[in-house]
Amino acid sequence: MKILKTALATAALLSAFAAQAVEFTQVQADKSTVAFGYQQMGVKMDGKFKKFSAQLAFDPAKATAAKASFDVDLASIDTGGAESDQEVAGKAWFNTKLFPTARFVSSSVKALGGNRYEVTGQLTIKGKTVDVLVPATFTAQGNSASFDGSFSIRRGDFAIGEGSWAKFDIVANDVQIKFHIAASGK
Amino acid sequence: MSATYTTTAKLLHWLMAVLLFGLLALGVYMHDLPLSPEKLQLYSWHKWAGVSAFLLVLFRLVWRITHRPPALPANMPPLMQLIAHAGHAALYLLMIAIPLSGWLMSSAKGFQTVWFGVLPIPDLLSKDKELGDALALVHQSLNLLFAITLAGHIGAALKHHFIDKDDILTRMLPKH
Repeated sequence: MKILKTALATAALLSAFAAQAVEFTQVQADKSTVAFGYQQMGVKMDGKFKKFSAQLAFDPAKATAAKASFDVDLASIDTGGAESDQEVAGKAWFNTKLFPTARFVSSSVKALGGNRYEVTGQLTIKGKTVDVLVPATFTAQGNSASFDGSFSIRRGDFAIGEGSWAKFDIVANDVQIKFHIAASGK
Repeated sequence: MSATYTTTAKLLHWLMAVLLFGLLALGVYMHDLPLSPEKLQLYSWHKWAGVSAFLLVLFRLVWRITHRPPALPANMPPLMQLIAHAGHAALYLLMIAIPLSGWLMSSAKGFQTVWFGVLPIPDLLSKDKELGDALALVHQSLNLLFAITLAGHIGAALKHHFIDKDDILTRMLPKH
């Protein structure tokens, strides 16, 4: 009886490992979102980017070996208005003609326990690179998984909003980036 | 019935006259500005002042109901009296409808109104571009109507003063 119990427990444990041994490598951009939020004279504003691509290699069993990189097409921004979309594509903001993409490359991944992870990496926008710490929650269901998280950047660090926009009294310095990344494994 | 307005009624009248003219002028001016920090600031100020005007008109309405204004001159023809009352009713309606349309437009356009940058006014509508554009047209049309009614209001006051030579205009002045 004891042997049977042990065998069952081992089998359960093994199948749990087997289920987790999926490596997630395919990002489904159509099911993913990259959004941002900021404050404008005390008013909470939000928007999103419609085009981005990502490379991913994440095996929950070997989380520290995980790698991720992310490219956001800055011209695909949706601020909620045509006039402001055009404005932020211009020289003072993203200058998308010269710097069309924002790029994030992970350098290390730390498991925080449970389904929480902390990704460190470098974010490059408008030719300026800043180290960022990205907390992410991982949810897996069979062959598909999602990563959710948010982190803050300061637009001033990247010279996003120069000239008359450089002061933070109208458009705040802090920008929250919120992401939902859907991925499938193999 | 009192022959004159209460000091509070006069104060509200002139305070709102200044505020509403400022709001109208600011609204027309800021609308055509290219996107800039100044434009965003002016929009915020316009919205803060608009919310303030809305609260003032609510208070004024309560005051008007509880403190009856002096009667119109007895020698005014009934039709003219009717037009005068209709004009005032229209002004009150527009003073309520215009800030409401501005608030709804802001909600639909995705710009929440945060009074003086501190007190968020709840959004009754969710972001909807077409509805936002439609409400912008409503806000604009109501203001055009308001400007026309105001012109009639001022014209009538001046007519009473200079042509009819009655006290309609002077009884709204501080020392009367």
